[in-house]
Amino acid sequence: MQVASMHFRERAHVRLNDARLQANLRKMQGKFSTKRRASLAEFDDFEGTREAGKAIRNRALDSLDVWLETFERNATARGATVLFAETPADINALVLEIAATHGVEKIIKSKSMVSEESGLDHAIEAAGLEVVETDLGEYILQINGYEPPSHIIGPALHKSKEEVAELFHRTHGTPLKTGIEELCLEARGVLRGHYLSADMGITGGNFFVAESGSVVLVTNEGNATLATTLPKVHVAISGIEKIVPTLEDVATLMRLLTRSATGQSVSNYVDVLTGPKGAGDFHGPEHMYFIVVDCGRTGVLASELRPALRCIRCGACMNHCPVYLSVGGHSYGWVYPGPIGSILTPMYVGLERAQELPAASTFCNQCGVVCPVKIPLPDLQRKLRERAYAGGLRPWYEQAGLKLWAWAARHPSLYAFGARLGARVLRSRADRDGMIHRLPFAGGWTDERDLPAPAGRTFRDLYRQRRGASR
Amino acid sequence: MRVGFLVTCLVDLMRPSVGFAGIELLEAGGAEVVVPAAQTCCGQPAYNSGDRADAKALAAKLVAEFEGYDWVVVPSGSCSGMIRTHYPELFADDPAMRDRVEALAAKTRELTDFLADVLGLERVPGRFEGSVTYHDCCAGLREMGVKAQPRALLAKVPGLALREMPGCESCCGFGGTFSVKFGEISARIADNKCDEIAATGAAAVVLGDLGCMLNIEGRLRRRGDATTKVLHVAEVLAGTIPA
Repeated sequence: MQVASMHFRERAHVRLNDARLQANLRKMQGKFSTKRRASLAEFDDFEGTREAGKAIRNRALDSLDVWLETFERNATARGATVLFAETPADINALVLEIAATHGVEKIIKSKSMVSEESGLDHAIEAAGLEVVETDLGEYILQINGYEPPSHIIGPALHKSKEEVAELFHRTHGTPLKTGIEELCLEARGVLRGHYLSADMGITGGNFFVAESGSVVLVTNEGNATLATTLPKVHVAISGIEKIVPTLEDVATLMRLLTRSATGQSVSNYVDVLTGPKGAGDFHGPEHMYFIVVDCGRTGVLASELRPALRCIRCGACMNHCPVYLSVGGHSYGWVYPGPIGSILTPMYVGLERAQELPAASTFCNQCGVVCPVKIPLPDLQRKLRERAYAGGLRPWYEQAGLKLWAWAARHPSLYAFGARLGARVLRSRADRDGMIHRLPFAGGWTDERDLPAPAGRTFRDLYRQRRGASR
Repeated sequence: MRVGFLVTCLVDLMRPSVGFAGIELLEAGGAEVVVPAAQTCCGQPAYNSGDRADAKALAAKLVAEFEGYDWVVVPSGSCSGMIRTHYPELFADDPAMRDRVEALAAKTRELTDFLADVLGLERVPGRFEGSVTYHDCCAGLREMGVKAQPRALLAKVPGLALREMPGCESCCGFGGTFSVKFGEISARIADNKCDEIAATGAAAVVLGDLGCMLNIEGRLRRRGDATTKVLHVAEVLAGTIPA
C-alpha cells in the first residue's frame, strides 16, 4: 500500500475537523471498550491468562525458525504447499503464479491485512483477473474505489450506515435501504453469487499452527468458511510471526482474541483448516497453499522491538487509544493504525517516513493495559523515538531545546536562575483573568488552550525565603 | 522517618503552593521533610523525547541527591513513575548504578499513596464545601497504582462530595511535549475530558499532576468556563487552595 504516514499531521488535522468522521468515531468509542470489559467477567484470572498469552507468543518468537520448519513439514505432509515471500512483490508474484498454474480467473478474498501491505488486489486486477473482497467491511471499501481500511478488525468502521446504504444503492443499482439488517442481507445476496463462481479463495491467517500445519481463521460472517470450501484453490497468507506452536496454544489465544476485539466469548465462525481435500473428504479445496510472509518481520524479530510481533491483531489497543479515537485510522497513512500501527509502520516502511506515528502518543498506556499479550506499546514507541533522535530525524530546534534544558538542569544555580526568570516572564504575560492567551513558540498549546499563569515566584525561592524567616 | 521531597519542575515553576501543601500534609503525618536544594528535574522530558543520554545524566544526579532518605515522595504520578518504573530500565545494563537505582525506586512514592498507605493519615486540615470530580492521571494510575488513595483522603475532607466521571481514567491529552508538538490532537482529547467534567456538574476537578492540571484548566478557560476550579489534591487536602 502507498505510504502516507509522513503526512500524519495534515491528515489528522483534516480528520479532526471532519464532523461526520468524528460522529462515527464517537459511536465506536464506547462500543468496543464496554463490550470488552463486560467479557472479562468470564475469566477466572484475566491477568494470569494475559501472562499465559504473552508466554505462548514469546515461546513461538524465541524459536521461530524451528516452528517455521515444523509448520512447513506438517503442512506439506498434509498435502499443502508452503511458500515464503520475503518482499511485498513476492506475495503478489506468488499469488499470480498460483492463479496461472490453476487457470484461475476469479478470486474471492477473506480479510488479510498482510495482503494490504503488498496491494495484492491491485496486482490481481492489473493481471486481468477478477477479485472480490468478502469481509463486509473490506467489500464496502473495495466498491468505494479501494478505500484503505481504518481499523484492523472493522476496516470500514469509519463509515456510517447511511454512507454504506448510499454506496450499495449506487453500486448494486438496488433501492436505497435504511436498516443495517437489510443492508447485510443485500451484501449477503451479492456475495453469495461471487462465492459460487470463484476459482480461488485467498484468506489471511489468524494463526498458523506448527504442530498440525493448520491455519486458524476467525470471522463473524462465515466468509472465510465459504471462501475456503467452495473454490478449488485456497491460498492462506500470513506473517511469519503468526506461527503458534500447538493447537493448545491456539485455545488460550482464542480466549483472549475475541474478547479483546469485540467482547465475544468466541466469534461466530472458527475454521481450523489442515491440508486440501483428502481422498475421503466431501468438502475442501483441491489445492492448498500457504504464503508465509517476511516483509520486514525478521528485522523486527532481531531488534528490541520484538515484543510488537506478539500481536494477535485484536484491535484493543486502538479501541482504547485517545489519539486513534480523535484522528481515526486513516491518519496513520498505512495498513495498521493505532498504537500497534505506530510501531509496525516505521519498522516496515522506514522510520524516516513514519516517525510522527510513535511521536504522536501521550504514553497514557491505556493500550498496554488492554493488550491481551502484554505488548509494552508505549515503551516500544519510546524506543522508536530514541532511534529518531539518535538518527538526527528530529527538527534541529527540538534537539537544541532539549540539550539546553538538560544542560541547565544539571547546573542547579543556573537552573534556579532560569526558572526564576521564566516564572516572572510568564507572569508578565498573564491577562487580567490570570491566563496567558498567546505564547510565542508554543502555538501548539495556546492556539486552543490558555495557559494558567504561574504565581511569579518559584517554589525554590519561596521555600528558601520561608525557611530563612523561620530561623 | 526522613522524607526527601521531590518538588518537580512544574510545581517549582508554575504552582509552588502545591509543594507547600505537600510538605504540610507530610509533616501532619509525622514525617520529617527535607527538600534537597540542588534538585531540578527527573529527566522525563529528555527520556520521552528519545534523548537517553541526557535522561541518564539527570537520573544519576537525582539518585545521588535522594538516595540518602528513607522515602522519596513526589506530588506527581508522572515524576514518581519516571523514577520507579523507568529509572531501572535506564540503568538496566549499568551494574554500578543498577542496585542504587532499584533501591531508590523501591522507596519512591506518589504523595497521596504515601499519605494514605504509608503514613495512614487519619485527618486532613482542609475543608471544601461542594462537589468535586477526580481525574486519574495516567502515570499515577498505571505506573504508581494511585486510584483508591486520593479518594480515601478526599473522603476525609468535611463538606466535600465526590462525583465520579465514567471516563475518570481516560487520558486528558497532556502527554508532556505532546501537548505542544501535537497541540490540535492534545486539545481535542482535553476537550473530551472537559465535556466529562462539565457533565458531572461538579464545582471542581481534583487531580494529582501539574501537567494534567495546566492542560485541563487551560482548555476549560479557553472554551468559556471561568468557574470550574482545577485543583491539585494536595491543596484540597491541606486546605490551601489559592484564591
